[in-house]
Amino acid sequence: MAETREDVIRCEGIWKIFGDKSRHAMEAVRARGLSKKDIREQFDCVVGVQDASFTVGRGEIFCIMGLSGSGKSTLIRHINRLIEPTSGAVYIEGENVNAMNAEALRKLRAEKIGMVFQSMALMPHRTVRDNVAFSLEVRGVSDAERAKVAAKAIEMVDLTGWDAKYPDELSGGMQQRVGLARALAADPTILLMDEPFSALDPLIRRQLQGTFMELSAELHKTTVFITHDLDEAIRIGDRIAIMKDGVLVQIGTPEEIVTEPADDYVAEFVAGISKLDLVTAARIMQPMAAYVQANGPQDMGTWPVGKPEDKLNELVDLAVGTDHPILIAAEGAPIGVVTKRALLRGIQGRDEERAA
Amino acid sequence: MADTSFDWLNPFASIDLGIASWADGIKQWAISHREMIQPIKRFFESVIVGIEGALHAVPPLVMLVIVALIAWQAAGRRAAIVVGCCLLVLGLLAPEAWGLAMTTLAIVTASVILCVLIGLPLGVLAGKSDRFEAFIRPVLDTMQTIPAFVYLVPVVMMIGIGNVSGVIVTIIFALPPLVRLTSLGIRGVNPSVVEAARAFGASPAQILRKVELPLATPTILAGLNQTIMLSLSMVVIASMISVKGLGNEVLRAMGRLDAGKAIVGGLGIVMLAIVLDRITQGLGRSGRERGHRHWWETGPAGVLTAMFKKTN
Ligand SMILES: Nc1ncnc2c1ncn2[C@@H]1O[C@H](COP(=O)(O)OP(=O)(O)OP(=O)(O)O)[C@@H](O)[C@H]1O
Ligand SMILES: [Mg+2]
Repeated sequence: MAETREDVIRCEGIWKIFGDKSRHAMEAVRARGLSKKDIREQFDCVVGVQDASFTVGRGEIFCIMGLSGSGKSTLIRHINRLIEPTSGAVYIEGENVNAMNAEALRKLRAEKIGMVFQSMALMPHRTVRDNVAFSLEVRGVSDAERAKVAAKAIEMVDLTGWDAKYPDELSGGMQQRVGLARALAADPTILLMDEPFSALDPLIRRQLQGTFMELSAELHKTTVFITHDLDEAIRIGDRIAIMKDGVLVQIGTPEEIVTEPADDYVAEFVAGISKLDLVTAARIMQPMAAYVQANGPQDMGTWPVGKPEDKLNELVDLAVGTDHPILIAAEGAPIGVVTKRALLRGIQGRDEERAA
Repeated sequence: MADTSFDWLNPFASIDLGIASWADGIKQWAISHREMIQPIKRFFESVIVGIEGALHAVPPLVMLVIVALIAWQAAGRRAAIVVGCCLLVLGLLAPEAWGLAMTTLAIVTASVILCVLIGLPLGVLAGKSDRFEAFIRPVLDTMQTIPAFVYLVPVVMMIGIGNVSGVIVTIIFALPPLVRLTSLGIRGVNPSVVEAARAFGASPAQILRKVELPLATPTILAGLNQTIMLSLSMVVIASMISVKGLGNEVLRAMGRLDAGKAIVGGLGIVMLAIVLDRITQGLGRSGRERGHRHWWETGPAGVLTAMFKKTN
């Protein structure tokens, strides 16, 4: 990304300790650096989130991924302050959410943040239309305006004609569309999605992911998207954060996560992921100078030429037509070489040097 | 302390903490502060008289039709038929039965209105606060289990015999289920729906009004139903402090061993109970059971609406 990044969400050192003695536990952590186990034994407190810091840029989709109980829901609820941090702070467009008074916070939630829940959490006594327009209703927007905005949001998720139905008359997939429409209705800056598609069957999940990605390409909402499905995270996320036992163990682009897992936990996660559409030539190529040094000067005129951002899939297409290595050139100048060996190792997901 | 020798095996006989005389002191205090109560008493009295006057002013047959229509609206056609039959039986029991029933209905109505005004806020509070719930629970238990005769005396001492005292003792007995079930209803609301309301910027008052109370309504109405039934069951005891109506009939019959009068009074109360039960149970049906129609789209109002739409 060439343009300067503008952070919409900034979380700084978020700690969340559940329990009656969380304050004392926090002090003890600061003073003595207690471990989670110590905290549980000495203070009878559970650590939900441990020192999480990250930023999300404007228009970015930031996926948080981790197993059940790793603290994803707890972390995302700090962004709109449904949960108070034990320590640390959240800034939205530079403003400290934790310093806001109740009225300012309600305004922020209703106007700037839309949230989608795993459990859908629709209001069973309200029609689809009234569910979708809820955030406008609590801000005192007029009836006519509400109807207009709700109709637009309902159209976005392809539910036109269902406005007057109640949630229990809709299928699960349709209910979550209503949840999405409700989050989008107020045209918020930020979308918080807590495992929005986890409760749906695979086919409907795919379909809703599609709807979401179309909408997100069109609307460019800054999104925090929680999932426990790495495939989903890779498909949707611009960047991915891996969470384990309340700790953010790695934050990076899907390619970084897959090719440079920070530890064995992440490595195990990404082991089964296909690298073909993820890893680029830039990552597996040998720099020109190193290649020439190792193999001596070569006649590269007949070699196929790829770009550094080409994915392995495209490199394979280039490689099958020739016995030569692939030359990687950026803006006409050759910068590196991908050998067959490096390509095969790349598909396997292993580094040439490490494998050798 | 006691002048007899202290018996370790039966210490209670020789210890007197003076609770009875202490309680009697409260009674004395109440009597000497009677004047303070008078304005409140007059207000209660006027409310009861107003309701009773209105109920008596309507000709019985018109009243029967109105109540049956209300039952149709609230609980459907079958309930309306049951209610109509019960009222018919009530009227036919004895020439004076209808009038007595209206008097009783006035007392019950006044009690129930006051129960709702007091019980609903208390129930909401108990639903929201664990501490308040822990405090109010034993109070409600006491109100429900303490024999009515115990508080009959101080209430009469303070307020005197009559309808106002009747309403107050009825409230003491009938209030607990409404508080309990309101609290239960509020606590039973799906927390994730409340969280969603919070996430979309609703204030605590808006959450209560737009989410918690509507979703707790079926439970609250079950509590209301219980409160109405308990109010009716108090009418005989209330008649001991000179409350008129069907209860008084039963009480007088007991005094004179008049089985006929007792049956008229007793059956009258039962008929009234069935009527009120059917109507309030119908109110508790959820939107889904009504096929997600608005109330004005069903029952007699629905017929009217449809007719109105046709003529337009
Ligand atoms: N209110 C609470 N009180 C005590 N502990 C809690 C509370 N909420 C969450 N926890 C604990 O914090 C940890 C993280 O929970 P969280 O719900 O954030 O996990 P998650 O990653 O969202 O899991 P899932 O994928 O199942 O939704 C869990 O161990 C949980 O037991
Ligand atoms: Mg969760």
